[in-house]
Amino acid sequence: MQPISATNDFVVKFANVNGSGSASANELFARAIMRMGVPVASRNIFPSNIQGLPTWYEVRVTSEGWQGRRGGVDLMVAMNPQTWDKDVASIDPGGYLLYDSTKPFPAAKFRKDVTLLPVPLTELCNRAFSDPRQRQLFKNIAYIGALAFLLGIEADAVEWLIAEQFEGKPKLIAPNLQALNLGHDYARENLKSACALKLACTDKVGNRLFIGGNEAAALGCVWGGATVCAWYPITPSTSLPEYFAKHCKRFRVDPISKKNRFAIVQAEDEIAAIGMVVGASWNGVRAFTATSGPGISLMQEFFGFAYYAEVPAVVFDIQRGGPSTGMPTRTQQSDLLLAAYAGHGDTKHVLLFPEDPHEAFAFAADAFDLAERLQTPVFVMMDLDIGMNDWLCKPFVWDKNRKLDRGKVMTAKELEAGKTFGRYLDVDGDAIGYRTLPGTHPSKGAYFTRGSSHDGSARYTEEGTVYVAGMERLLKKFETAKSLVPKPVTRPAKEKAKCGAIYYGSTSGAMDEALDALERQGLYVDALRVRAFPFSEEIVDFVSAHESVFVLEQNRDAQLQKLIVNECAIDPARFISILHYDGTPITARFITGAIADHMKLAKAKEAAE
Amino acid sequence: MTYIVKPKLHHPGLATNKLGFTHRDYEGRISTLCAGCGHDSISAAVIQACFELDIEPHRVAKLSGIGCSSKTPDYFLGQSHGFNAVHGRMPSVLTGANLANRELIYLGVSGDGDSASIGLGQFAHCLRRGVNMVYICENNGVYGLTKGQFSATADRGSKSKVGGVNKDEPIDLVSLAILLGATLVARSFSGDRKQLVPLIKAAMSHRGSAVLDIISPCVTFNNHTGSTKSFDFVRDHNEAVNRLDYLPAAKEITVDYEEGATEIVRQHNGSVLKLVKLRPDYDPGSRVAAMAYLQDRYEAGEIATGLLYLDPEPQNLHEHLGTIDTALNRLTQEELCPGVDALEAVNAEYR
Repeated sequence: MQPISATNDFVVKFANVNGSGSASANELFARAIMRMGVPVASRNIFPSNIQGLPTWYEVRVTSEGWQGRRGGVDLMVAMNPQTWDKDVASIDPGGYLLYDSTKPFPAAKFRKDVTLLPVPLTELCNRAFSDPRQRQLFKNIAYIGALAFLLGIEADAVEWLIAEQFEGKPKLIAPNLQALNLGHDYARENLKSACALKLACTDKVGNRLFIGGNEAAALGCVWGGATVCAWYPITPSTSLPEYFAKHCKRFRVDPISKKNRFAIVQAEDEIAAIGMVVGASWNGVRAFTATSGPGISLMQEFFGFAYYAEVPAVVFDIQRGGPSTGMPTRTQQSDLLLAAYAGHGDTKHVLLFPEDPHEAFAFAADAFDLAERLQTPVFVMMDLDIGMNDWLCKPFVWDKNRKLDRGKVMTAKELEAGKTFGRYLDVDGDAIGYRTLPGTHPSKGAYFTRGSSHDGSARYTEEGTVYVAGMERLLKKFETAKSLVPKPVTRPAKEKAKCGAIYYGSTSGAMDEALDALERQGLYVDALRVRAFPFSEEIVDFVSAHESVFVLEQNRDAQLQKLIVNECAIDPARFISILHYDGTPITARFITGAIADHMKLAKAKEAAE
Repeated sequence: MTYIVKPKLHHPGLATNKLGFTHRDYEGRISTLCAGCGHDSISAAVIQACFELDIEPHRVAKLSGIGCSSKTPDYFLGQSHGFNAVHGRMPSVLTGANLANRELIYLGVSGDGDSASIGLGQFAHCLRRGVNMVYICENNGVYGLTKGQFSATADRGSKSKVGGVNKDEPIDLVSLAILLGATLVARSFSGDRKQLVPLIKAAMSHRGSAVLDIISPCVTFNNHTGSTKSFDFVRDHNEAVNRLDYLPAAKEITVDYEEGATEIVRQHNGSVLKLVKLRPDYDPGSRVAAMAYLQDRYEAGEIATGLLYLDPEPQNLHEHLGTIDTALNRLTQEELCPGVDALEAVNAEYR
């Protein structure tokens, strides 16, 4: 078996034990490669646990800059005896295995078609360090050193990063460099040219950022003018409010009084969190919560309330594996139907689907404009893959002329001038009424906000015709929403295509690559990326223009497809679901294989007929 | 006669307060509760308290949950914004509203089902945080709108109208409030306006979490013999620990009072609470003493009322969070959005 030979295009996977200090070393590896101008796509695959269970970190080196997972592993760094067998089995034929060779392994534990890269990491570190914790931690840095030699990472890049990482703790720089050299020197003397995976400097990273979606969304909230955040800790959303706090401390402290222009409350549960968001939004600030599936389940009653009483709210749903507790640290796109129709009775909500941290920033800021303009909850549907992994993405942008759209709020001046106020009257024909904020005017514009049925002036009523008129107006308002939400993005195939493919969210990275691979096989597919619900007419046209349409999703039940069928009245037979929902991010190889199989089968059938 | 619209005409001789408002300016719609409902007396006391405090009605935000009590904000302060939240969740909505604009007065109205059953968690946590508000629980021991089921504040052994006996231990919201950090805690009775109005005034001028547990008999479902929340039972067992006079900030204290029998407490905003001690040994400044006394009176089958606990210098949620003095909802885009250059700097840090 010929060992795999590749430059700037391979997958390295680290198999570690949770809590062993591997995360920062592995991230260092990814960042060092990017410093060489070579794009990476990294994925952290971790358990719902603090110490002791298996965890993996995958670094895809990709000169093309593909941001999805490719699938497969070229080089495994196997540091976890618990998962050794599976880890070794997952290496592509011709791949490499770097492992701690301090203790001998029986021959049966290896594969003949895999090149071994043994490094006695424990022995090296035990010899060099006396502190038990350091002996453990520096094994991670030592294997990075070995990889640096084997793959040809510039020593400068790693040393520079170590210096940056320990800027505040200069005492740690020297032992880290020492550990790095242990691995590096051992590999140089003993493994020599055993590895044909190589890195070479390029300039393909460009001006892109390397950042996670939760942090990007938190920044979007700061730039979007959010002041109140109420939340309850839940994986994988927790870091979003934490990043919001971090960036508020930097950008939102009053320069004179040193007091905060923001308020962040860790609520007692998700119900209280959304209650605070609704109360704050009702009172005229931009407020949000961040949660995941179980939190969305708990918030249902308030979503129905905010829909019906027409109170703005922004909700980040960092989706994880469901149902129930499901797979808390794995990714899925399985809350679409739950969020789209959240609340009892007839309800519908605006959903946004960012594809990466760049869009997470943009859509976070947009969500507040939409929520205040439409006076309704807006869900930013992210997932663990976008939220908790660092992605290489386009820089964040902000138009210097942008004015935050604070929606229809009647002022004291307007009330004083005699402008008619009726909270739920459709005076402009867009089905959106004017609201007033509490405390605005001594004698005009007060109203009662309630979840019970109400008339145009917010008075309680059980009159059927009045109730129906209100519900119909809400439907009309959803039509207004259609014209305001982000439009889908289409990517026509290079040649005329009979098939279309619809996808959304974090599938985007793998999809770009799969479409490219399919084209190289002569399989042409037009693609459309959905970015929001309610759906644009373009989606209906796209489906009509194709014989069949693949819908790619990371859930079991084809939730987006069902939502399209339901909302656009399209024959379900036109769709072919391609579903990946084992909790790991979808891969380009999976998509390419699934679509190619379908298309080849269809071609064969056609030929037979 | 709940379908009758209230006439807007005022009697020309109606008394006005410092702002030139009459009593009528603090009213709301006509109540749709049962005739004789204790809750209507509480609404009347709220109206009187706000009138006498010279509060601008529109500077009050009134929030409630679900139930008979939660309907009442429609019946007072018609020029205030109101909010009927979902069942048991008024505290979270009020907390959020307060975060957005600290300059208004927040009046939360709830009932025993809304606060002690479905909303017990939110009741507890808003007090822990020290949200600056008046939290009134109109406590009648039953679910009125669903026709007479026991609530979580019904006393053990209390009989329902259809003859059932409550076997569960009651939740005492006053003890809980003191335990959880409320800084003004009182119990009163809807049938005792003289006691109630000064307590509401003290609560509305308090700058922290003020909880008023007001026993308010349900004339339709819980006013019979055998009920411990009936008018007769509460009158017979009401043991007031003190009598409160509320004196506004500017007013000089000229009232003579007997040393030892009267206590003067000055609140953060300068208002003065004059407490005539009816139980000479009761100290409303001590949480421990208050808790012990409440347990003692409960064991004796009596209902302790009055101002039960007061910290005149409380810290509230905004102080804990270090928020600016200006209402957050008045900040401009320039104060909120860091702008293009700052974003470029952020971009550079992630390369």
